Amino acid sequence: MQLNSKIPSGPIENKWDNHKFSIKLVNPANKRKYNILVVGSGLAGASAAASLGELGYNVKCFCYQDSPRRAHSIAAQGGINAAKNYKNDGDSIYRLFYDTVKGGDFRAREANVYRLAQVSNNIIDQCVAQGVPFAREYGGLLDNRSFGGAQVSRTFYARGQTGQQLLLGAYSALNRQLAAGTVQMYNRHEMLDLVVEDGHAVGIITRNMVNGQIDRWAADAVLLATGGYSNVYFLSTNAAGCNVTAAYRAHKRGAGFANPCYTQIHPTCIPVHGTQQSKLTLMSESLRNDGRVWVPKSKEIAQKLRNDELHPSQVAEEDRDYYLERKYPSFGNLAPRDISSRSAKEACDDDRGIAHNEGGNGVYLDFADSIKRLGQDKIAERYGNLFDMYERITGQDAYTTPMQIFPALHYTMGGLWVDYNLMTSIPGCFALGEANFSDHGANRLGASALMQGLADGYFVIPYTIGDYLAGDVGLASAGRSHTDTPEFDEVENQLREKNAKLLSINGKRSGRSFHQQLGKIMWEYAGMERNETGLNKALKLIPELREEFYNNLKVPGSDGELNQELERAGRVADFLEFGELLCRDALDRKESCGGHFRSESQTEDGEAVRDDENFCNASVWEYTGDDSAPVKHTEQLEFENVKLAIRSYK
Amino acid sequence: MNPIVALISSSLGKKYLMAISGLLLSLFVLGHLVGNLQIFADPYFINSYAYKLHNLPYGLLWVIRFGLLAVVAVHVWTSIVLTLENRKARPQSYDKDATAEASLSSRTMRVSGIIVLLFLIFHLAHYTVKNVPGHEYGKAIQIKDVTYEAKVPLKLPESKGGAVLKTPTGEDKYGYDVHTMMIAGFSHLWITGIYLVAVFLLCNHLSHGVSSMFQSLGMRNSGSRKSLDLFARIYGIGLFLGYSSIPVAVLLGIIKVQGIPA
Amino acid sequence: MNLTLKVWRQADADSDGKMVDYKVEDVSEGSSFLEMLDILNEQLVETGEEPIAFDHDCREGICGMCSLVINGLPHGPERLTTACQLHMRHFKDGDTITIEPWRAKPFPVVKDLVVDRSTFDDIQQAGGYIGVNTGAVVDANAIPIPKEIADWAMDGAACIGCGACVAACKNASAMLFTAAKVSQLNSLPQGEAEKDRRTLAMVETMDAAGFGNCTNYGECEAVCPKGISLDMISQLNRDYAAAAMRRLVGRAS
Repeated sequence: MQLNSKIPSGPIENKWDNHKFSIKLVNPANKRKYNILVVGSGLAGASAAASLGELGYNVKCFCYQDSPRRAHSIAAQGGINAAKNYKNDGDSIYRLFYDTVKGGDFRAREANVYRLAQVSNNIIDQCVAQGVPFAREYGGLLDNRSFGGAQVSRTFYARGQTGQQLLLGAYSALNRQLAAGTVQMYNRHEMLDLVVEDGHAVGIITRNMVNGQIDRWAADAVLLATGGYSNVYFLSTNAAGCNVTAAYRAHKRGAGFANPCYTQIHPTCIPVHGTQQSKLTLMSESLRNDGRVWVPKSKEIAQKLRNDELHPSQVAEEDRDYYLERKYPSFGNLAPRDISSRSAKEACDDDRGIAHNEGGNGVYLDFADSIKRLGQDKIAERYGNLFDMYERITGQDAYTTPMQIFPALHYTMGGLWVDYNLMTSIPGCFALGEANFSDHGANRLGASALMQGLADGYFVIPYTIGDYLAGDVGLASAGRSHTDTPEFDEVENQLREKNAKLLSINGKRSGRSFHQQLGKIMWEYAGMERNETGLNKALKLIPELREEFYNNLKVPGSDGELNQELERAGRVADFLEFGELLCRDALDRKESCGGHFRSESQTEDGEAVRDDENFCNASVWEYTGDDSAPVKHTEQLEFENVKLAIRSYK
Repeated sequence: MNPIVALISSSLGKKYLMAISGLLLSLFVLGHLVGNLQIFADPYFINSYAYKLHNLPYGLLWVIRFGLLAVVAVHVWTSIVLTLENRKARPQSYDKDATAEASLSSRTMRVSGIIVLLFLIFHLAHYTVKNVPGHEYGKAIQIKDVTYEAKVPLKLPESKGGAVLKTPTGEDKYGYDVHTMMIAGFSHLWITGIYLVAVFLLCNHLSHGVSSMFQSLGMRNSGSRKSLDLFARIYGIGLFLGYSSIPVAVLLGIIKVQGIPA
Repeated sequence: MNLTLKVWRQADADSDGKMVDYKVEDVSEGSSFLEMLDILNEQLVETGEEPIAFDHDCREGICGMCSLVINGLPHGPERLTTACQLHMRHFKDGDTITIEPWRAKPFPVVKDLVVDRSTFDDIQQAGGYIGVNTGAVVDANAIPIPKEIADWAMDGAACIGCGACVAACKNASAMLFTAAKVSQLNSLPQGEAEKDRRTLAMVETMDAAGFGNCTNYGECEAVCPKGISLDMISQLNRDYAAAAMRRLVGRAS
């Protein structure tokens, strides 16, 4: 596998401009001759499809939901970063770049991050022009708020629904192209595989989720904007339908998968309730500004709280352990996501968790002090909608009883390896947004995911795709649409066989129950804290579970209809392979960095220890077959502008 | 498409027609009530009011009559089209139907509208076309065993000022004795019953309609909605009280026959 | 808790459907309504029956995919709550719960509780956008927008496009949805240039799709999980009247 990152030469400020000038262009009149497939309609997919349509390309866009507007980008709450410096507080492109590289624990590619910071400002301009109703001040100008990991106010937001508004903006741009006929939309179509001919991506195969029809689509380039893989953990803040299938299939067809072990666990989610839960709900991180995190000091009190023999307000001050304030006095309750999450797990592992679930997995986020200091009105004004949401889900009033929170899987930094042009190691196959291994290194800062998705779709791919189309494809062979090739035949046959197999096992267990069990293994052994023993155990358990899956799965119904069990089974089948890859990567990366914490690699007081000597790189895995282990390649990360340093929040 | 046709055939165009015709009709029923309430005064007032209406210059009476009929026709036609379209929009109804917010009056617009329309036909037949047997005016008025003159002089008693309508040649004018005729009408309990039910439904119709038409014309918002809803309710109740006061007063003998026995 | 469910089952768009009774046992009060259906489906799968198809995705009340009429009310009895955020504690042990799909001609049933809402996309494509190409824009702060206007636009933009308004409306009207989108874009200076074109096209596309007519019941507002106000419809009524009048004299934007 050749990993040529194609990072342009020159000073970092000029790389993107130089690159845009030096790459090949497609003449405006020739653009309509090229066919492009976009898979996914979230921020990255919708913005890419719209922008490419505007340029004149023939675009087809696919999504598994019933409308492109429902992609899970819609659930992002907090905001989107941009280096506008509207607050005059010293922000700059360089500072946004620096914060992102540092926040990612020095495991991102400098040139990509710098470009991201550069185009961040264009994104805000673009979204405002589309009518995205960002929050404004009375003077009519845009408002900003602060977010974790930054010392400037650079986050633009639309109430607690920024992702929704940005997605609706991209969706409106997409609608305009749909009306103009430059883009065709295929809803309720799930990409099942990528088709590669002579080493180039030439199309995809989809399943029409309404009638089960398998369709072939050929094109000159394929863009995967299919999101992350948090759902390999079953319980996550992702939507129920989010899956790794598209990315993992591309991986099996030859695309390198980078850093699958980089997962982000968000500290403030509503704890698991019982065994029937299907999803975890995020509570905005902003709550930690006024809430104090604690658990009781003693296991006995924790036990009583779990049994409802004691109300949390009855726990005396001296019996409480405000562990974040104790361990990280200077950052306190605002310690970064990875650190807060791990501390909560430690407390619960110590049997001091207070939630009414297995393991008592939950800690308090207590607003009593803030209510005393500021009054309930003030707290309601700041967080009223969040308190309402909390009450809707838990039935508890957080004004009188402390909130219960626990970390949950939220975002995945790893993804398909891409070069500076966002092209995977399969020429013609591109990956955008959360689906690529991205600009976030080993940890993503708040309000940066939206920025990256839109940057890729609006401002990177429209330029970089031309280089591939004008260069590798060329005008002579532009407009690929024939699907009657042996390669398409082969992939389609494999898919039909796979579906037939899933339907014919006729065992006893639902796909959901396998998914749930896989999630438990992943969370237990490859969750917030990982170690060699656990990961090896997971690497033993997952193949066993996979084996049972293929022997004891039950999928009712047939292939030729809307069959949600079949859809799920196909996704779980891929998760069952991908989970193993994730654990393998986690085992291989012996250092702790960002969201990846190896208990073997920590200081005496439990802080992460990076190993820059051996791991200042991206691990890129190559698929070599179902019965052979994947092969690791590395892309060395060069830090020419930011000096490698230890992250400390003490 | 022709822009006028496009407007009228759009869902919003029909909404505007409904609102504007509704507005005119609800103003009409108010005006009609004010005219009718003159029955509580000396017969001269309502009789001469009726006379003046019937003798408007330039054939205005017919303009008004056909205008009103046209407005009713638009209101009815629009509601028929809307109903048919709305039925078509939900071919399969819910097994279990529930209502979260919509008021009873809003949900019974169709029923109340149809009944009021039927009453309107009866009412016109009764007093305008005059072909409900036994209740024609223009002929002698029969109340129990007494027969009264159909026409009386339009003159106020001297004790009350002695106002009088005169012909160009200086003679006292004669007009229909509407006052006695109304009492004759309401002396029949079944007529009073129909009338009360119809007026009740009309007012129920209005207590949704009057606020709704502001919404349809884009002149309502959440700030004014409560006030407009209240206004509509008061409008409805007020009209009901006004209209029903007449038969009640007749039955209680508060309004007495003052006609001239034949 | 143990419950009896009466659920609409329909094999596909062309088949006839019917209500079928199911028992579901051991449901935790803390489960969401959709998790309760997950449990039932798991029971059905294990006994070899076809599970009930229903649309869902984010399960946090923002994607607008879930679409269940629960006991006659879209998204169920709780105000400002989508079905995915409705929790079982609002029901009692032994309850019988009726679950049906959205019912409207423009939302044909695909299977069981799944409906096709692509007519909403058609309405949006008719004009639910501002005609601006990527990159061809001015600085974000070059157009000041009064906070009140931005807030109003946001009130409309909060719509999640679930279609509960249509499902609840006695006439199956899509006015609240269309109005929310039109009002958002029409009230912003960026949307001014295409205002009439947008208003006319979106309303006429809505009509052509076969939705019913708005008769101001207010059911839509009551069931809307995002609390979109009838004021949006009021604005659409105004904007459409103005646009239609300008079209009459040939001066529509």
